[in-house]
Formats: sequence, structure tokens, C-alpha cells
Amino acid sequence: MSWWDPFIEAFPSLIKAVPLTVMLATTAVVIGIVIAIFITLARMSGSAFLRWPAYAYVYVIRGTPLFLQLFFIYYGLAQLDIIRHSMLWPLFRDEYWCALLALSLNTSAYGSEIIRGGIQGVAKGQVEAALAFALSPVQRFTRIVFPQALRQMLPAYGNEVVLMIKATSIASTVTIMEVTGTARAIASETYAPVQVFIAAGIIYLALTGSLTYGVHCLEKALHRRGGLAVAR
Amino acid sequence: MFDILSFGPGGWGDEMLRGALMTLLVAALGFLGGNIIGAVVAIARVLGPAPVRWLGAAYTTVVRGVPELLIIYLLFFGGGEFFRFIAKIFFLGGDGFADAFIAGVLALSVVSGAYSAEVFRGAAGAVPRGMFDAARAFGMRPFQMLRLIAIPQVLRYGLPAMANVWQLTLKDTALISVTGLVELMRTTDIAAGSTQKQFFFYTISIMIFLGFTALSDFLFRRAENFCGCHGHAGGKG
Repeated sequence: MSWWDPFIEAFPSLIKAVPLTVMLATTAVVIGIVIAIFITLARMSGSAFLRWPAYAYVYVIRGTPLFLQLFFIYYGLAQLDIIRHSMLWPLFRDEYWCALLALSLNTSAYGSEIIRGGIQGVAKGQVEAALAFALSPVQRFTRIVFPQALRQMLPAYGNEVVLMIKATSIASTVTIMEVTGTARAIASETYAPVQVFIAAGIIYLALTGSLTYGVHCLEKALHRRGGLAVAR
Repeated sequence: MFDILSFGPGGWGDEMLRGALMTLLVAALGFLGGNIIGAVVAIARVLGPAPVRWLGAAYTTVVRGVPELLIIYLLFFGGGEFFRFIAKIFFLGGDGFADAFIAGVLALSVVSGAYSAEVFRGAAGAVPRGMFDAARAFGMRPFQMLRLIAIPQVLRYGLPAMANVWQLTLKDTALISVTGLVELMRTTDIAAGSTQKQFFFYTISIMIFLGFTALSDFLFRRAENFCGCHGHAGGKG
């Protein structure tokens, strides 16, 4: 048996685990964006009662490791009687759902910073011009602010999706058999950890690499259609 | 309720404190190692010949495209012999602690090195070329230029981004716990498991991490004020 055999033999099982990794990441990003929009609205609202908790939420999530957040949800919250006796208990008992919750909450905090940055990056003059044209607040947002903010947000959000794909590996610590979890299982079976983890690394590189390339193309297309109207 | 956090055999206070200090130690060494790797790779990517530039680019791309956890597994499970060799050099003995500690520091260095390399490269690009022309006109030798112009300027432009890399490294230490190194996360797991007070201990651990984050925010802001960079390419100097 050559050194490369375990490396090649690891690929079929690892590739079978890719859909779970992709599924976790995409679901988390979609849920995360929805939460992030609400957080951004709260942070940019006039009321301190909304602004303050939203700020604290973002600060706590960005200031602590995702790994710790996952264990807090999976082991910590699951211990509370309020959770155990609630309708949510079947969800909190399920490791997949806990991982998804941790990932979604995590990305929502980073996402809200990206959205806020994008909106605040739109030049003041643009909004003033829209006001001068007597556009309604909804028109102002959908026609002036949002298209420009989107162009600025896109690269940052693409990067966030890449980070999420990488972050799904942490789900393996609560026994979810996505790519990293599968790699660990094969490694302990074959006693060839180096080969197996390198194979897993190549799969992650293919995923994150193609995603980065896709975002790059999308970004180019957006710039072409709208001109370079990103204001600084 | 807080008896459980007392110091001594009855409480977990001393264990948690030791875990928190271990987290800081591993993070600091990883950040330091990462800055050294980052500086070397950034210099290679800016000044090196094509193959060296290509190698540097490959390193940052691969490391930033792969989960940190995978890198830790690869180094921990794959580097056994190598770590025992390093451990012997540093008289650490070849036990499990040395393995986990060295693998942890090395993994953090490799990961944060990829990010710092990008930071340094970006910051080097932000330094006006005229600075180097002026230095050359003053008759500075390459080493003087590096020491008197390049390093201070890059540090100034790169400091806000370096603060981000430090925060990343600090948070990545939690992942090192999978190797069995008893840092804050591992201590929390042990304390939570043996007292069956998971909610309590994970909350404490979150608060300790938030304390570290707030403290580093404060210190980096002080440093930014000190060198007048505030996240922007400053005008003075």
C-alpha cells in the first residue's frame, strides 16, 4: 500500500459529506441575513431601546468564539428547565438544529455589520438629492440607497459566506458528519490522519475557491451594469 | 451560587483562572508567531522573485480557504514525531501537554500568519512610494530603510487590521481545546461536565472572553491613538 492510497480512498466518502456542509452553510447564511436585516434596522433606528440591545447582541457574538457559542446552546441552554419544558425542546435536543442555530446567529451579527457599513457608505449627497426630488422614503431606499449599498456589501458578504463554509467544520464537534466530521472518522479508522485531512482540505479549497470566483464574477457584472457608482 | 467559583479544592475559580491565562498565553504566542510568518511572507510577496511570490500567495490562499479546525487536526494528529522533537529541544518532555501546546501554538501561528501577511502586504501598498525615494535620496541602506521607514509605516497603516487578526487568534484558541490542551474552553468543558452546571460555566466563559475582547479593544485603541492612525491613512508624519 502506498502513502497515497488512503488519500485517494478518502475522497468518495468526503465528497458524500459535501452536501451536508453546503446545506448547513447556505441555510445559516439565509437565516442569518434575515436576522441581520432586523438587527441593522434596530441599530439604525432612532430609539435607544432598540439600538442598545442590537449593539449588545452584535458585540457579544463578535467578541466570543463560535465554538463556545455552539456549546453554550447545545449543552448550556439544553439544561434549562424553561427550554426543557417548552415546545422548543425537540429542537434544542437535536444537534443539527443547534449547530444551525449557532451558525445563523453568528453570521447574523457579522452580516448586520456588513449591511450597516454598506448603507452608511452611500454618499450623503445621494440621499439629499433624492430628498430634493421628493422621493418617498421607500423609493429613496429601493432606488437610491439599496442598489448602491448592495454593490459595496457584496464582496464583504461573499467573504462572509466563505467564512461560514469554514465555520461549519465546528459542527463536527457535536457529532455532525459533515466534511470535517467525516474526515475525523476516516482518519481514526485508517490511521492515516495526514492524508485524510489533506484530502478534506482540498475539498474545502475547491468549495471556498469556486465561491470566491463566483462572487468575483457577480461583482464585475454589477459594476458593469450600474457603472462605478460606489461612493466613499 | 458563586461558591463554585471559589479558589481551592472545592471551587473551580483557580482552574478557570489558569485556563484563562493559558488561553492568553497560547493566543499571544500564536499571534507573535503569526506576525513573524506574516512579515516574512509579505516581504517575499512584495520583493521576492516570481516562484517565491507564487509560494507566498499559495500559502495565504490555502490557509484562508480551509477551516481552522482542520489545520489544527492536521498539525496535531500529523505532527506527533515533529512535536516530540521540538519539545525535546525546549526541554518540555514528550508528554501529551507538550504535543497539544506546540500543535496549538503552531496552528494558531500558521492561521494568523496567513491573515497578517495580507495585512502587512496591504499596509505596505498604502505607504507612499515617495517615502522610499526620499529614504534613498538620504542615502539610507536597505536595512535602514526597512527599520526606519518600512516597519514603522506598515505598523501604523496596518494596526487597525492587526487588531482584527489578534481578535481572530484569541477566538481561535477555543478550537485548540480539541487537542486536549487545558485552556479556557477545555477547562469550561471539564468544569461543566463534572458539576453538571453547563449553563453556568459556559456563561462565565463567554463573559471572560468578552472581557478579553473589551480589554484588547481598549489597548489597541490606545495604540492607534499613540501612533495617530485611527483606521485611516493619516496625514501627519
